[in-house]
Amino acid sequence: MTQEINQWLVNMAGDLQDMIRNDPLMIGIHTGGVWVAERLHKLMNLNSPLGQLNIAFYRDDFSRIGVHPRVQPSNLPFEVEDRHIILVDDVLHTGRTIRAALNEIFDYGRPATVTLAVLIERSGRELPIRADVVGKSMTLNANEHVKLSGPEPLALVIKAAE
Amino acid sequence: MNHHDIQLDKYGRLKHFLTIDGLDRSLLLDILNHAESFAGVGERAVKKVPLLRGKTIANLFFEPSTRTRTTFELAAKRLSADIINLNIASSATRKGESLLDTLRTLEAMHCDMFVVRHANSGAAHFIASQVAPHVSVINAGDGSHSHPTQAMLDMFTIRMHKKDFSSLRVAIVGDILHSRVARSEIHALSTLGVSEVRVIGPRTLIPKDIHTLGVHVFYDLIAGLEDVDVIVTLRLQRERMRSALLPSEQEYFNLYGLTETKLAAAKPDVIVMHPGPINRGVEIDSHVADGKRSVILQQVSHGIAVRMAIMAMTLGNLAESKPKESDAHSN
Repeated sequence: MTQEINQWLVNMAGDLQDMIRNDPLMIGIHTGGVWVAERLHKLMNLNSPLGQLNIAFYRDDFSRIGVHPRVQPSNLPFEVEDRHIILVDDVLHTGRTIRAALNEIFDYGRPATVTLAVLIERSGRELPIRADVVGKSMTLNANEHVKLSGPEPLALVIKAAE
Repeated sequence: MNHHDIQLDKYGRLKHFLTIDGLDRSLLLDILNHAESFAGVGERAVKKVPLLRGKTIANLFFEPSTRTRTTFELAAKRLSADIINLNIASSATRKGESLLDTLRTLEAMHCDMFVVRHANSGAAHFIASQVAPHVSVINAGDGSHSHPTQAMLDMFTIRMHKKDFSSLRVAIVGDILHSRVARSEIHALSTLGVSEVRVIGPRTLIPKDIHTLGVHVFYDLIAGLEDVDVIVTLRLQRERMRSALLPSEQEYFNLYGLTETKLAAAKPDVIVMHPGPINRGVEIDSHVADGKRSVILQQVSHGIAVRMAIMAMTLGNLAESKPKESDAHSN
């Protein structure tokens, strides 16, 4: 499993290298997305520090579930204004996380471009959002969940919701 | 019903925030942790997160306040809530409207939260007991009873500088008798488990039964400051002077005013706090207030983050579903 994930990461890094120029900035979405971003950041030898985004304050389900317990603050140690951003998450499912992440990034400034890279792209999109770079695509039933565990080693858990 | 219970919902989560008394350690730490997450929002290009978009908050100030009111206002705005300020002292209540009628009127305007400052102890509790179930109440200071958000922002400031509460010795200096800050502070500090809380002041300004709260009383400033890590200086309310509890401001400053010389009794890395507004040359010397040990202005910025945390938690807990421990994440 770890081997397989590593291969997906190498492929993703290669695809991103081909796609991006101009000293991109990388931002991982908390928590799984940060683990994936850390590896891509290393594989791509990026100079700028890695940003971390916690979209808890931008979620669309606050009125249903309230504040999330212990939110690690977002940390973008750079200006996003006019930069090329690679946004990284572990799983792309409904698209709502990415919607929230884009909103948050734009509250820091106006990036030139945002490219989305996800380790797993699964079925079940609820918003018009797609990934530019994908490690692995999966078709899952609505009641099935895929979750990345980590940070060391990275592994995938697929289970039916209780 | 015990009036402390009114703060919590059936899952033990914060619904109103009225007093520190009765809240457990893990809940106080939750507030501090959430505040830490919110602290960064004030440093961004867009100082706003959309968490409370569509919520309406009413600042009900029956007593004047600038700092507390504006930090609540900024906190609400940074959470994207709409906030209205009602200076009740100069509005309908003057025209004879009762408190309950004022509340019903605001409820009819679909307010989701009332932030209440009132000269009478227990006012926020009373309002919390009367509001509709979908409304949260936050106590922004009631009489000489409590000022819980001030206490929490002080705890946040202490944690920022000292990390661990358990080894700390904290001194609260000044008019303990009339201070709602002191009372909330003592409850918060003992709940968070500091090793010693001291109160320092003239006999006339220290309640006789204060030791029942587990604090040590000192009437001499230098003796009380020995080896302390944190000093909380309270504002000397000048109106007290008239009631003959104190001889004069000058005399008070000579005995209890915090100066660099007296500060030498405390630990070298002591921090000096003050809830504001400060009376320079009465309870604190300018050299101390503006000096390197003073964290008074940090307290103000922390006040915004802490109030954001409390507003988000109370309004978030009104969500009808059961609290979920983890993984509400839907990618």
